[in-house]
Amino acid sequence: MRTLDQTTQEVLDLAAEHFQLPEGSLEPRDDFFKKLGIDSLQTLEMLSRLENHFGIELPDYEVQGVSDFKTLAERIHSRL
Amino acid sequence: MKMKNFVGQTLRWEWRAGIVELTLEHEPANEIGTVMLAELEKFVAAFDVLAPETSVCIIGSARKSVFSAGADLRELYRGAVALPEKERVEGVRHFLERIHAVLNTIDAAPFVTIAAVHGICFGGGLELALSCDIIVADKMARFAFPELRLGLIPGFGGIPRLKRDLGNAFLRDLLFTGRTVNATRAHAAGLVAQLAGEGEALHIARSGAAQIAKFDAVTRAAAKKFIKPIPHDELRREIDLFCELFTRPAVMAALKKFVEDSGPMPYLP
Repeated sequence: MRTLDQTTQEVLDLAAEHFQLPEGSLEPRDDFFKKLGIDSLQTLEMLSRLENHFGIELPDYEVQGVSDFKTLAERIHSRL
Repeated sequence: MKMKNFVGQTLRWEWRAGIVELTLEHEPANEIGTVMLAELEKFVAAFDVLAPETSVCIIGSARKSVFSAGADLRELYRGAVALPEKERVEGVRHFLERIHAVLNTIDAAPFVTIAAVHGICFGGGLELALSCDIIVADKMARFAFPELRLGLIPGFGGIPRLKRDLGNAFLRDLLFTGRTVNATRAHAAGLVAQLAGEGEALHIARSGAAQIAKFDAVTRAAAKKFIKPIPHDELRREIDLFCELFTRPAVMAALKKFVEDSGPMPYLP
């Protein structure tokens, strides 16, 4: 069973890998729209990547308005 | 032969050895507006020429991360606001009649049709995929019917076709939440026939097409006609209901918010 910190770290690592950023370059409180400069298509790509990695479904309405990795990780963690 | 190959503004098709590949390529997200509709009409008009020598049609996309985002809502909104209220619904009905004719023709094509889906496949894009016999999806594909979020229902035949193919439970979840679902979920629900690795949907579709092409054409066409009836009555009712809903001010207000939103995630309630 993962802890929330582990889930958060996996989210950060996956995002960094997906967007080809150096490991450790993302922080839990980063606003991923601003930090990554991503659009709606890229956001959905990241959602697919996260769902496939964690083996969960994360409905859009649960992440609507979420813009930081920490809150995103919390939403994911609640479905693990 | 005439119309075996075509290159248009929003799509192209190429026939080779019994397989025709229709490729959508329209910036930014293969939205289905009047130009793509006219070119899709050209495509289905070529079926008479293609059919005798075609076993399979594969429909795919050349756009990165997108099969199709669906109807061109910006064009729909701008076209509608430019008209007096009474004329708006007539323009919408005319468009729907035309796209239904196209999708019904693809649905009943005398060859097997495969949608090779990667990236987003929403609304009208999903309805195009649903008119095909088989959906092969990249594991990063996502599917949705977001129309209710804007006060509408899917208008290109999505509800009757999904109901025909899958039943109501999954359909209601998609419709009433407007959420996107990933390819694994869509596969588990029976919407997707085969899952492909990232970037492999077209390759997998071609592999399936090569197998399908080995079979007797008469039997294949007879089997398709037998197992895949077109729900004409429900499709007609869908057009009427869409037009009825479209006239409400709340829909125009929601479309306005959607098309004017320049944020990283477009407005959807």
